[in-house]
This record gives sequence, C-alpha cells and structure tokens, in this order.
Amino acid sequence: MEAIMALVVGALFGASVYMMLRRSIVKLVIGLILLSNAANLLIFTVSGLTRGAPPLIPEGMQMPDGAWADPLPQALILTAIVIGFGVLAFAVVLIHRAYEVVGEDDLDQMRSTDT
Amino acid sequence: MNLVVALPVMIPLLAGSLSLVFFKSHAAQRWIGVLGTAALLIASLVLLAKTWNEGILVIEMGSWPAPFGIVLVSDLLGAIMTVLAGIMGFAVAVYSLPSISREHEAFGYYPLTHLLLAGVCGAFLTGDIFNLYVWVEVLLVASFALLILGGTRGQMEGAVKYVTLNLFSSIMLLVAVGLTYGMTGTLNMADLAVKLPEVENQGLVTVVAMLFLISFSIKAAAFPLFFWLPASYHTPPIAVSALFAGLLTKVGVYALYRFFTLLFAHDVGYTHEILLWGAGFTMITGVLGAAYHYEMRRILSFHIVSQIGYMIMGLALFTPLALVGGVFYIMHHIIVKANLFLVAGVAYFMRGSYELKEIGGLWRTRPWLGLLFLVPAMSLAGIPPLSGFFGKYIIIRAGVEAESWGIVAVALVVGLLTLFSMIKIWNEAFWKAQPEETAARAEQFEKALNQRAVTLMVLPIIGLAIITVFIGLAAQPIYEIADAAAAQLLDSSDYIEAVLGVQP
Repeated sequence: MEAIMALVVGALFGASVYMMLRRSIVKLVIGLILLSNAANLLIFTVSGLTRGAPPLIPEGMQMPDGAWADPLPQALILTAIVIGFGVLAFAVVLIHRAYEVVGEDDLDQMRSTDT
Repeated sequence: MNLVVALPVMIPLLAGSLSLVFFKSHAAQRWIGVLGTAALLIASLVLLAKTWNEGILVIEMGSWPAPFGIVLVSDLLGAIMTVLAGIMGFAVAVYSLPSISREHEAFGYYPLTHLLLAGVCGAFLTGDIFNLYVWVEVLLVASFALLILGGTRGQMEGAVKYVTLNLFSSIMLLVAVGLTYGMTGTLNMADLAVKLPEVENQGLVTVVAMLFLISFSIKAAAFPLFFWLPASYHTPPIAVSALFAGLLTKVGVYALYRFFTLLFAHDVGYTHEILLWGAGFTMITGVLGAAYHYEMRRILSFHIVSQIGYMIMGLALFTPLALVGGVFYIMHHIIVKANLFLVAGVAYFMRGSYELKEIGGLWRTRPWLGLLFLVPAMSLAGIPPLSGFFGKYIIIRAGVEAESWGIVAVALVVGLLTLFSMIKIWNEAFWKAQPEETAARAEQFEKALNQRAVTLMVLPIIGLAIITVFIGLAAQPIYEIADAAAAQLLDSSDYIEAVLGVQP
C-alpha cells in the first residue's frame, strides 16, 4: 500500500511542477493546488498506513494495545488543508485580478517588475 | 508560567483584532497601530531582559508538557529577533501615519500589519517545527495582502511571483516537517535535537536537512532562489516595503540559524559547505544587481539579497566567532535596511519619483535629510564607527581565522561595491541638481508637502539612525549579547534542558 501511495505522491508532484512551468497563470494555480495535495498525501504516507486500528486505550491500561494508527499526522494534514485552502483562495483571486489589470494570462507578459 | 514569552505574539494578535473591531474608524486604527506596536516593543524588551538574566524561558501552551504540546521558547537569539521586530513595527507604524493613503487604510492596512508582526514574532519564539510552519503561513498571508494593497499593475505582477515562490517554499517546508515526523515521531525542536542523531540512516537526515535548506533559502532570498524579492519588493507602498525589508527575509535567516545549529549540525562538512557557497554567490549577485539599477527601491531590494549573504556566511563558517558576527550582523542589518527604505520614501514625497535620473538637489534644499541618509548608507557599506563596520569586521575576521580566503575576498569586494551603490544614490539624489525635465513635478510635490507629515516621517528615521550610531559606538555591550546568543546556539544542551527538563 505504501508503495502505491508513494507512486501517487510522486506523480502528483511531477504533474504539479509540470503545470507550474506552463506560461498560463491558471495552470500555475492548478499546479499549486496539486502541490499542496501532494504534500498532504506525503505526510499521510510517511507516518505509516495502519488500517482499522484506532488509537484507543483499553480500560485500565496506560497505552494502546498492539498496532495503532497515529492520529497526529492527520491533525497536521487537517491544519495544512485549511491553511492551503485559504492561501489558494487568495491565489485564485490574485490571478483573476492580475488578469484584469494586465489583460493577459501569459506569465511572459508580466515582466515589467522583473530585474 | 512565563507568560511574558507569549506576550509578543498575543499583543499584535490583540491589536489586530481590535483594529478589525474599529474597521470603519481610521483614527482609532492609527492609535491602535502606534500603541499596539509600542506595547509590543516594550514586551519584547522585557522578554530580552528576562532571558538575559534568567536564561532560556519556556511556556507550554495549554499546559501540555513538552514534547507533546506546543512550546514557545525564548532563547537569546529569539528574544533579540523579537526586539528587532518590535522596533521595526513601532517605527513603521509611526511612519505609516502620514505616508499610507486613506484608500490603503480602508483596505485594512493596520490589521494586516499587526497580523504580520504576530506571525513574525510567533516564528521567532516557537519551539515546534509544525508550529513554525503555521506562523510562517500567518505572516505570508498577511504579507500577500499587504503587497497587493492598492492593486496597481506592478503590484499584481510582482505578487504573482512572490505568492508562487513563497507558497512553493512553504510546501517544501511542510514536506520536510512531515518527513522529519516520519523519521523521529516528534515535532518538538528540543526533542528532535535529541532524536535526530539517533536515526539509523543518517543519509535520510541529510536529505531532509536539504529540504529545509531549500525552503528557508527561498524565504531568506539566498542565491539561486532569490528572484521573487527584486521582482516584488519595490511595488507596494514604501512603509510596507520597509517592513518587509526589515523582517520577512530575516525569518528565513533566523530559521536557518535555528535549524542548522540545533537540529542539523551532524554533517557540517556537507550542509555548511553548501551554505558557504550559497552565501558567496548571494553576496555577489545581490550587489551586482544593485550596481546596475537606477531606481532607489530596486537598488535597496538587491542590497537585501547581498546582505543576506553575510548573515548566511556567519552561519556557514560555523565557528563561535562567525556565529557572533552573524547575530551582530542581523541586528545591525534590520535597523539599517529598513531605515534606508524610510529615507527613500521621504525623498519620494519631496520629489515625486524613485528614479535617480529624475530627482536631485536634495542636499541643497534639505541637508539634514542628507545626513540622515548618510548614517544608514555608510553603515550598510561598513564605514567605521557605524554599526555595519563591526558586523562586517567580526564576520570577516572569523573567515580569516577559518582560513576561508575565497569567501573573505568576496565579502570585502562586496563591501566595496555596496559603498559604490550607496554613493550612487548620494550623488544622484542629493548632490546633483534637480533635472530640468522633472523640475515642475518636483515643485508640485514640494508645494503639496505638509510640514507635520514630514516631521512624523522623519522621527522614526532619526530614531533608527540613533540606534545605528549607538550599535557602532557601544559595540562592546552589543557584542556581548551576540556572543551569549551564539554560545547558546553552539551548545544546545541548555535549550534542550530548558524545554524537556532533563539533561541530554
């Protein structure tokens, strides 16, 4: 299972970098969305995939019994999803405004402030 | 309970919320802006004094014991950075009163500034790597909104690059945090400092260290990852530029210092060698970019990049003296760099342009402004007895003692080129006569000038200039603080004991 997930994460990273290297700003944002999802899946995978073992402590014991799924990475991902959602919402509005102001969705036309 | 550790985060958050409550009343927002940042400055000074007297302070948020809960830790480096954030916040808040237009205020300039300061202070004080990511995102979102305040074409174009590259670096940071957790099962920095050397496959640790290096290098605008900075820093209102110039890249530098002394000091020959090369190229590319340009804000933006090189050089040499120099340099640089942006802003309000070709004659009409420019400019170039001289002297001396002749040569040449571009601004803006073609515009701006506004803008400049002179003349006490901060960085046992409560 981990191997499949690793491949999925790799494919997502590859696709997102490909999208970000396009000239269109819409594809740039799609690339960013894929990138943040790839990062979330990576955290999920890297901490180990344990099925059907909630981290519950049996009565009278100090620790969970046997194998258990680590809840912390999921809390991290949840935080990252929320932050990512807010930031990407900003990015979408930004490219919309940039398109309105510049009149182009081509990154090559947005070079007046460059070095 | 060391509540004082949490105050530099809580005060800006509170001030930001309060200014949102008074969103319609700009007068109230301005008062909250000045008073809130003044409170932040006082709280951070108290924090530094307490850290200096009592050693590393820790507060466990929600009383969850470390390493399970999130801790805020104030060691000397963190406390020094917080004080600098307080100084910058206060200076820029006063400067904003006359220089930020009513439209920008209506878009929420003041709440965003407080939020930015909260994120910066949180990043400086946190002792948890995932929490660091969260604070970085807080300050990033605030900086995104501040950057596009006003929505001109230049700001939009700059913001697309700024947002993309900073988001990319944040996601790299998140990936590195996730991988670290996968290897060690902890996110607490002190706990990581204990557990990372115990990881079986040390090669993996180095890989993760490189991910952190790339992520923080983008944030610090180090070579070859600095392109977002000169494309965007000259576009927002000048007060915003000054705040960004003072604080944002320094969060990246601070994180590099924290991670590559506390967590990833196991393979110094590899990681710090890369840092050293990065530092050299950062200095050269930055200063050459500045030498080419004739727009004040662009020149100063490129100088941020080149100065970042000196700070990373202090870390990369990784001797006690080099770290002292690095900490000293950060203290000097934040004050001086922001001050130069503030002076450029005043020049703009007098002449109506940042283009050096289009302005001139400032020395003739305002000799005091020339003097106020010379203090930070000569300090940036490293002329004694100002603060920059001692910063450069300590770092270069550390380089000589480490016998890294290449980087020493680079640092010296870059210092000379810095002097060149500062003299360029001096010659063009202050010394030469006002060009005929733009004389009408200059006169128009001079007429519209409001004496009270100028006074309010000059006050923070004078304050920062006094601090620059003070760091230069009283270099010994400042050196001692930097020395103690560097000693804490090199010997992490105090940090670990303060957080975990056990001897490592």
